[in-house]
Parts: sequence; structure tokens; C-alpha cells
Amino acid sequence: MAIDPQLVAQIGLIVVVFHMLLASAAVLVYMERKVAAFIQQRYGPYLVGPRGLLQPIADIVKLMFKEELRPKAADTLLFYAAPILAATAAFAAFAVVPFGTETTLFGLLDEPIKLAVADVNVGLLVIFAVTSMGVYGIVLAGWASNSKYALLGGLRSTAQMISYEIAYGLSFAAVIMLAGSLSLREIVDGQQGYWFGFIPRWYIFLQPAGFLIYLIAGVAETNRAPFDFPEAEQELVAGYHTEYSSMSFALFFLAEYVNMVTVSAVATDLFLGGWHGPFLPEWLGWVWFLIKVFALLFFYIWMRWTLPRYRYDQLMEFGWKWLLPAAVLNLLVTAFVVVWQL
Amino acid sequence: METFFFWSFAAIAVTASVLVVGQRNPMYSVLLLILSFGALSGLYVLLRAPFVAAIQIIIYAGAIMVLFLFVVMLLNAPTETPPGEQPRRIGGAGPRRFGAVLSALLGIQLFWAISHIAQAPLPGDERGAPGVDVIGLRLFREYALAFEATTVLILVAMVGAIILARRER
Amino acid sequence: MPDPTLNSYLVLSAVLFAIGTAGVFLRRNIITILLSIEVMLNAVNLTFVAVDRYRGAVDGQIIVFFVMTVAAAEAAVGLAIVIALFRHKETLSPDAYTSLKW
Repeated sequence: MAIDPQLVAQIGLIVVVFHMLLASAAVLVYMERKVAAFIQQRYGPYLVGPRGLLQPIADIVKLMFKEELRPKAADTLLFYAAPILAATAAFAAFAVVPFGTETTLFGLLDEPIKLAVADVNVGLLVIFAVTSMGVYGIVLAGWASNSKYALLGGLRSTAQMISYEIAYGLSFAAVIMLAGSLSLREIVDGQQGYWFGFIPRWYIFLQPAGFLIYLIAGVAETNRAPFDFPEAEQELVAGYHTEYSSMSFALFFLAEYVNMVTVSAVATDLFLGGWHGPFLPEWLGWVWFLIKVFALLFFYIWMRWTLPRYRYDQLMEFGWKWLLPAAVLNLLVTAFVVVWQL
Repeated sequence: METFFFWSFAAIAVTASVLVVGQRNPMYSVLLLILSFGALSGLYVLLRAPFVAAIQIIIYAGAIMVLFLFVVMLLNAPTETPPGEQPRRIGGAGPRRFGAVLSALLGIQLFWAISHIAQAPLPGDERGAPGVDVIGLRLFREYALAFEATTVLILVAMVGAIILARRER
Repeated sequence: MPDPTLNSYLVLSAVLFAIGTAGVFLRRNIITILLSIEVMLNAVNLTFVAVDRYRGAVDGQIIVFFVMTVAAAEAAVGLAIVIALFRHKETLSPDAYTSLKW
């Protein structure tokens, strides 16, 4: 039986993307601790491996060997389903993010395959849908732990995520209007070329407010940086993942980091021109993609260790009273400009 | 391939709906309903309606069910007592079971009726499925009035929900 | 396994609708009754989209859009009423609210 090389290539691509996401979570663990350390004028991990590079492996091994605890009155099924749900939603969202142009793997394939797990023509809607499902991991974790801190943390975190989803979606809508398509690949292809020969045609220059709104909403969606009140150690013990230990806890952390990567990857595709960049040939576009994504991730980590945390009511007020009207205004202005073809 | 997906999604949707109706814990009911919505979303993708599939997940599974989940958690909805132990009021067990039998009859009648009309095969993909832009154009042209009315409806519902759920001072 | 025709989708929709109706009759928990209503609405949505596919039009999808919006509004208001009722009587059984006295 002849095995279709396209199918093999596609499955290989899925495996590669999955492992890249896992690897990027590990890299982020290291990056976070090193960057935090340098911001705070200390060294960070340096004992494990050269310059502490094997620290993530040490962390993972430690987490694997910890005892898996469960509160007696916790709802067993939901308690274990919650981290699985959170991690699944995080990985699934990356399935429709394209990260490069078509490639024939150096001529091994007859037809080129596109560098994305799935190329759907309503890709942005799918991303929005899957990130909405990520809420359930957190709220179920809070409920199933049967503990006051966890429940409160879970409810607050969920309320925060669904509040900022609206501004998140509205910033997408403005880009959709500019590009005229819901497919991420077409949006990136619309950002090819240069104005005046040297300014790239990225949507960040056409939509600076939209980019800021997207980034702020994205940070709030992933429960990070100044919007991480629900996980704040000082206020709520550890919020929704208080009662979790060992691999379940690791899954929550994996979900958080992969969500960060997805938000950065979608921001790169929507606003920063995806895989287009100077000096490199088109088939190496994914290198530019990685560089841009890691630049955004560095910005994420920088924000976390620089800014103080928002209090919960300040956070909700900001989301509803400031960010949402700003997103609507951005959408209106973009609509005006597109309709009158300015 | 499509046949396999149709039957598996259909089986998941029906099983999940039966369990939503049948089992006692309201928290599990909400989660099973989310599963049912996911299966329906898969069916919409099979029916070449990716827009509806996506908004089914975004609106139904992602927003309305979160609302239900919040209410179930905040009210700490008790698992309901089995029907024998509750005080007999207007909605006693007899009339309710009669109602359930009637709904089963409805299902059987519809099943019989639909099976006895001519089988209508679904057309192939020659013309290509209409894209999201067609939906947008129709929505904002022919159905513009309904769209605007819906926005007013949502505003009224928001205000109403806040007022109804407010504590009496 | 036979190929799915329009009839298969309509039958599935009818079955889901009957399950939802049975749920409204049988359950003694207001929230589960609301969930059964959502099941019924989804069955109707499935009918619309299936007929849309058969006819090659998009009107069904637009109507589904409106049905979802109305369902969201109805769920919000319904749950607000449930919260108000629960605050008064601490039970979710509809039998407790049969007398018109508050």
C-alpha cells in the first residue's frame, strides 16, 4: 500500500508543531526566570547546566516526582478534567495559526504543504472560539477544588477573561475590515511589501490603537502581568490552582505559557506581518515569525516584572469602561477609513 | 469519511442530550450540554456552515453556558431530590410522566413522517459553499431591521437581568 | 452505514427536540428546565442549517444567528429570574412557586 507522502508530511508537521509548543513553554520558563532576575539585578538560575540552561528540565523532573494530591471533598472527575481542558484549549488554538509560507521540504513532496496545522478560511473565528473554551478549565478548577480560595480565584479569573474577550474580538474585527478576510494566511499575505521602499506594510502602522488594545486584552485573557490578580500569591494563596500539585499543576502552567505563545503568534500574524521580513528568502519566513513571537514574549515577561498588579475592581473597571469603548471607537474609525477609502 | 463523522457527532449529541435531561447533578448537566453543543458544531461544519459552527462555540458554548455555570455554582444548586420524595403539588408525577410520554410520541411521529417522505440527498460541492461575506451582506441588507431590533433586544435583556437579579435594599 | 441525507439531519433534529421537550416536562429543577429549552432551540438551529445546505442558500444561517441571540437574551433574563426566586425561597424546584403569594 502506497503511503501518501502528503499525509505523512502533514502528520509530521502536526508532531513538529506540538513539540515546538512544548519546547517553547520550557524556553519560556527559563526566559521568565532569567529576565526577571536581570530586571531585579540578580543572577537567576545558574547552577543547573551552563548558565542555568537546564533549569526547565530540573523543574519538570521535580514536578513529575511530586505527590499528586487531591482534597477529599473535591469532585474527582472535574478535578482532573479541568487541567486537561485548559491545556487542550491552549494547544488547539494554535492549530489554525500559520507560521510560514508553503514549502515542499526541499523537493521531497510533489505539492507544497502550507506551514500551518490547518488552513481554515474562518481561522480568526476558530481562534476566538477556542480561546473562549479555555475559560472552562479555570472555572472548573475553582469549583472542583471545593476550597474557598480556589472558588473565588476561579470565578474572578473567569469573569475577567470573559470581560476582556469582547475587546479582544473587537480588535480582531478592525483588522478583518482592513484585510477583508477571516483567514489568517490571507491577512498575513496582505501585509507583504513596503511603503516608500523601507517601511513594511504591517497593520501595526495602520492600527496602532488596535495593536495596543489587542495586546492589553491578550495579556488579560492569559491572566498575566498586571492582570493576574486571580493568581496573585499575596491575595488569594494561589487562586484557582491552589489545590493542585504535580502534573496537574504543570498542565495549568503549560496551558498558561502556550496561551501566551498563541496570543503572541496571533498578534504577529495580525499586526506584525507574520513571516515576512527582509534579508531572508521566503521559505525561511518562519525564522522571522519566531523572532517576532519571541520579541512579543519578552515584552510580556518585561511587563510582568515591571508593572504592579491591578486590583480586581480596577481591572474590571478598566476592561468595561475604558478598553471596550476604545475598541469600539477603533472599529468605528477603521470602518470610516475603509469605507471612504482613505 | 463524512458518513463516519455524521454518525459519531449525531451519537454524541443525542447521548449528551439524554444525559443532560436524565442525570441529577446540574453541574454535570451544564458540562454535558457543552459537549452536545460541540457535537452540533461539528455537524454544522459537515453542513458546510463554518460561520455558524464558529459562532455556536463562541456564543452558546463560550458565553451562554458560562452564564449557566456561574449561576449553578453561585446558587450551589442542590442535586434534586428524586421525584417520589417531593410534596405533591400541581405538577405531580402523573401529569409530568404523561407529558414525557407525549414528547416521546412527538419524536416518534416526526421520525415516522420524515422517514416516509422521499429521501433528499444533499447536493455535492459543485457550486462551492457560500462564504461568510455572503452572510454578512444578506444580514446587513435584507435583514437589517431584524438586526437592529436584536440589538435593542439585547440591551433590554441586559438591563432587565441586572434589575431582576439585584438585591432589594 | 448509509450516507447522511437531508432526512437524516431532520430526524436527528426531531429526536433532539423530543428529548428537550421531555426534559422540560420531567425535571424538577429550574436550571435543568432552562437547559432543556436550550436543547430544543439547538435542534431547531440544526433544522435550519440542514435545509440551508440542501437549498444552497444562506437565509437559514442568518436565522440561526438571530435564534442564538434571542436564546442568549432569554437565558440571561431567565437566570436572573431564577436568582431572584432562589433568594426568596432557597429552593430550585418549580413546585415551590406554584402559589401566587410571594
